[in-house]
Amino acid sequence: MSLEIMLQLSIILPVLAVLGIVATGSKPDLREAVTISTSLVLLYFVFNLYQGVKQGESISVQWWEILPGLQLSFNIEPLGMIFALIASFLWLITTVYAIGYMRGHNEQNQTRFYACFAIAIGSVMGLAFAANLFTLFIFYEVLTLSTYPLVTHAGTSKAKQGGRIYLGILLSTSIAFFLLAIISTWFVAGTLDFKSGGVFDADVNPVVAGAILVLFIFGIGKAAIMPFHRWLPAAMVAPTPVSALLHAVAVVKAGVFTVLKVCVLIFGVDLLAILPTTQFMLYLAGASVLLASLVAMRQDNLKARLAYSTVSQLGYVTIGALLATSSGVIGSSMHIGMHAFGKITLFFCAGAILVAAHKSKISEMRGIGLQMPVTMMAFLIASLSIIGVPPTGGTWSKWFLLLGSMETEQYVIMVILMISSLLNIAYLLPIPLRAFFPGTETAFASSGIKEAPLPSLIALCITTLGCVVLFVYPQPLYDLAKAILVIPG
Amino acid sequence: MLAHLPILQVIVPLMAAPLCLFLTRSRLVWLFALIASGLAFVISGLLLQQVMESGTIIYELGGWEAPWGIEYRIDQLNALLLLIISALSTVVLFAAQTSIEKEIPADRHTLFYILYLLSLAGMLGIVATADAFNVFVFLEISSLSAYALIALGKQRCALWASYQYLIMGTIGATFILIGIGLMYQMTGTLNMYDLSQRLPEVENTRTVFAAFAFVIVGVCLKLALFPLHLWLPNAYAYAPSIVTAFFAATATKVAVYLLIRFTFSVFGLSFSFTALPLQLLFLVLGLLGIFVASFAAIYQKNVKHLFAYSSIAQIGYMIVGFSVSTTTGLMATLLHLFNHALMKGALFLALAAVVYRIGSVQLSQFHGLGRQMPFTMAAVVIGGLSLIGVPLTVGFVSKWYLVLATIENGWWPVAVLILAGSLLAIVYVWRIVEAAYFKPPLDGRESLNEAPLSILVPVWILVIANLYFGIDTRLSVEVAQAASQSLFGVSP
Repeated sequence: MSLEIMLQLSIILPVLAVLGIVATGSKPDLREAVTISTSLVLLYFVFNLYQGVKQGESISVQWWEILPGLQLSFNIEPLGMIFALIASFLWLITTVYAIGYMRGHNEQNQTRFYACFAIAIGSVMGLAFAANLFTLFIFYEVLTLSTYPLVTHAGTSKAKQGGRIYLGILLSTSIAFFLLAIISTWFVAGTLDFKSGGVFDADVNPVVAGAILVLFIFGIGKAAIMPFHRWLPAAMVAPTPVSALLHAVAVVKAGVFTVLKVCVLIFGVDLLAILPTTQFMLYLAGASVLLASLVAMRQDNLKARLAYSTVSQLGYVTIGALLATSSGVIGSSMHIGMHAFGKITLFFCAGAILVAAHKSKISEMRGIGLQMPVTMMAFLIASLSIIGVPPTGGTWSKWFLLLGSMETEQYVIMVILMISSLLNIAYLLPIPLRAFFPGTETAFASSGIKEAPLPSLIALCITTLGCVVLFVYPQPLYDLAKAILVIPG
Repeated sequence: MLAHLPILQVIVPLMAAPLCLFLTRSRLVWLFALIASGLAFVISGLLLQQVMESGTIIYELGGWEAPWGIEYRIDQLNALLLLIISALSTVVLFAAQTSIEKEIPADRHTLFYILYLLSLAGMLGIVATADAFNVFVFLEISSLSAYALIALGKQRCALWASYQYLIMGTIGATFILIGIGLMYQMTGTLNMYDLSQRLPEVENTRTVFAAFAFVIVGVCLKLALFPLHLWLPNAYAYAPSIVTAFFAATATKVAVYLLIRFTFSVFGLSFSFTALPLQLLFLVLGLLGIFVASFAAIYQKNVKHLFAYSSIAQIGYMIVGFSVSTTTGLMATLLHLFNHALMKGALFLALAAVVYRIGSVQLSQFHGLGRQMPFTMAAVVIGGLSLIGVPLTVGFVSKWYLVLATIENGWWPVAVLILAGSLLAIVYVWRIVEAAYFKPPLDGRESLNEAPLSILVPVWILVIANLYFGIDTRLSVEVAQAASQSLFGVSP
C-alpha cells in the first residue's frame, strides 16, 4: 500500500468506523472491538507515514477543488506528523481507558459517544495533514461540531450550558476572526498553501499583516488564549475520556498546532519577527499563561483546575511560536507532545478517582493515595512533567522555550515562564502529596475505595510511562521538531 | 423544439394550470402538476446548458420582431434563476400531496395545485421575458395566485396575513407599473434591450429619475428589503407549509432578479450607481436588514416566524453583495440566491414535516423532537449550519465570496459586520437545536413517529444538495461568475 493511500485512509478510516460502531451499537463488546481495531490500524498507518517522513519522502495528495484555486489537499510535514502520531497513539490508549470508565460510570448513549469520538479523530488527522489553510479550516470546524455532542453528552441543563459556551466561543471566533483572517490572507497573498518561509511577499504592508496576525491568534479559539479561553473549562462537563483526549490533546492541540503552522508556514519566522503586533500578542499569551495559572490555584474541582492549567500550558506553545526563533519553534512543537502525555495522564487520574471514589473535589482527596497508590503515583509523575523537572519529558520543551526567550532577549517572557513553573508546582504538587500524606487532622476514612477498573489503570500507566520515556529518549521528537524549519517548498 | 424552449418554459406550467380542473382526484392532479413542474425543470436545465455553451438566446414571440413584439431573452442570469425556481418548485411539489392532506381541506386540493402552477408560471415568466410590461403581467399572475395560496392557510390569521401581503404587494406592483409607464413615455419602447439603448439619451430628465425611483422602491417592496419587509413574516408563518417552502425558496429571489435586471441591464451600471447614492443606501439597508432581522429571529417563539426573519436577514446579505457593485460582489449575490434557495427550501420543508406530525411549529412544541423525528431534526440542523455558513455547506460558499468582495473593495468594517451577522444565526439556530435535543418529549407525545417518507425524501434531497453544492461548487460558481461578468460587460 502506498503512503499516499495510507494518508487518505488515516482520515477516512475513523469516519468509516462510525458505520461499524453504529451497526454494532447493541453489542457493546463488539462495538468497542471496532473502535480498538480501527485505532490500531490507524496507528499502523500513521507509524508507516512517520517512517516515510523520516526517510525524507514527500507525501502529498490532492482531492478536489472546492472553490476555484482552493483545493482540498494534504501534505505531510514534520509538525503535522508529530500531531498525528500523538493523537492516533493516545486515541488507542483513551479507548482502552474509556471502556473502563464509561462502563464503570454507567454512562448513557455510549454508541453516540464512540461514533462522535471517531469523527473527531478523523478530523484531527485531516487537520494535521492539511496542505493549506483552507483544508485546515474545514477540518477545524468539523472538529468543533463533532465534539459538541461529546461535551453535552450528559444531556443535563449544565451540559447544555457548557455546550453553549463551547460552541458559542469556538464557532464565533472561527467565523468572525479566523475566517476573516483566511480570506484576508487569500486576498493579500493570493495563496493559502503552507509554505516554508511563509506566503507573504517581502514588501507586504506590515500593518495589514500585523492585523491579520491578530485575527489569527484571536480566531484560533482552540488555542485558548485569553480572553477566548472560557470554552475549555466549560467543556469539562463532558465525560472524562473526552476531557482527557479532546480537551487536553486533540482539540486544544489542534488550536496551538494551527497557531504554529500559521506562524511558521504562513507568516514565516522572518516576517513574524518584524511585525508590529507580534510583541503585543506575545505579552497577551504571557498574560494568559500567568492568569490561567493563578485561576487554576483557586479551583477546588480537579477537572476545572486541570482545565485552567491547560489554558496556561497552551500559552507556552503560542509564546514559542511567536518568539520566531528556531529554539522557540522547537520548544513549542515538543511541548505539544510533552504536555499531551502529561495532561492526559492527569485527566485519566481525575477520571479514575471519579469512577472509583466518586470524588471530584480536591479538598476531598486527602489521603486517597493510600487507597489508590498507582493512580496517585501516576498523578505525581505527570505533574512533574507539566512543571518541567526531570525525569520527565516536560523538561526538554521548557528548556527550549526558555532558551528561545533568552535568545530573543524577551526577558519579561522568560520571567513569566519561570513564575508560571513555580505556580505549576503550587497548584499541582499538593494534590498527590496530600493524597499520600493526609496529616493527622483529617485522616481519610478508608471506606472500601479501590483502584479504578483495570482498563483505565492500564491506560494511565502507559501514558505515565510515556512521560518518562520522553525524557530519556526525546530524540525522535526533537528531530521532527527541528525539521519543521528546514523543509523545502 | 429546442428553439422554442424559452416560451415552453413559461407556457408548460401556465397551460397545465387550467388543465388541472379536468382532473378530479387529488392524487391525479398532484401527479399532473408534478409532471408539469418537472418538465419546466428539464427545460430550464437544457436552457442553462445552451446558454453556457452558446451565449444569450433571443426568442421572438409569434415571430414578431423586437420593438413591436414581445421578446424573451435568456442569458446566464435568468437561466440560473429559471433553474433555481423550477428545481425548487419540483422538489417542494414532491412533498405537497402528503403535506396538504392535513393542512388544506380536500375540496380545495385541485385549487391549490392550480394556484401553485400559476404562481410558478408567473415567476418563470418574470424571469424569462425581456419586455418590461410583460414583467408586470407575470408579476400580477404570480402575486395574485400567491395571495390566494397564502389565504389557504389553516389558521384564520392566514387571511389577515394574505391581506397584508395583498396591500403591500399591490403597492409594489403599482409602483413598478408607474415606473414602466414613465419609461415608456420617455422612450416609446417596452423592450428591455431597447430601453437600455434609448434611456441614456434622456437620462438626465426628472421623469427618468422618477421612473427609476418607482421601479426600485416597487421591487424592494416585493423583495422585502428592510424596512419594507413587514408583510413577509406573517405571510410565511400562516401560509400552508408547502406554500411557505415554495415561496421562501423562490419568490424573493425573483424580486432580487428584477432589481439586478433593472439596475444593470435596463438603466445601466453608470446611471444606477452614479445618479443616486444607491450604493450607500443599499449597503446601509442591507446591513440593517441583517442585524435587525437576525435579532428579531432570535426572539421568535414560532419557528416559521424565526426562519422568515432569517430570510429577511439573508436578503440583507444579497443586497450587501449587490451594493458592492463589483463582479465578485454580484457573484456573491447570485451564489447566495442559489444557495439560500437550497437552505430555506430544506428548512421550511422540514417544518412541513413537523407540522404534518405535531400540527404546530411553536418552539415550545419542539421539545424532544430530536429523538422522535431524528431525520427531520437532522435536516434542520444541517440546514441551520448552512445558514450559519459552516464549511462544506453552501452557506460557506456564499459567505466566502461576499466577504472576499467587501475586502477587495477595501470595506473591512463591512466584512466584519457580515461575519458578525452569521454569529447571530448561530444563536437562533441553536435555540431550535437545544429545544429539540435537550428537552424531554412533551406529555402525551411519547409515541410520535418520524415524518412519512413522501416528505422526508424531498427534504433530504435538498439537504444533500446543501452539502453537495458546498463541496462541488463548479456549477454554481461557474454560472454565477459568467452571469456576473456578462452583466458587467466583461466578456468571459
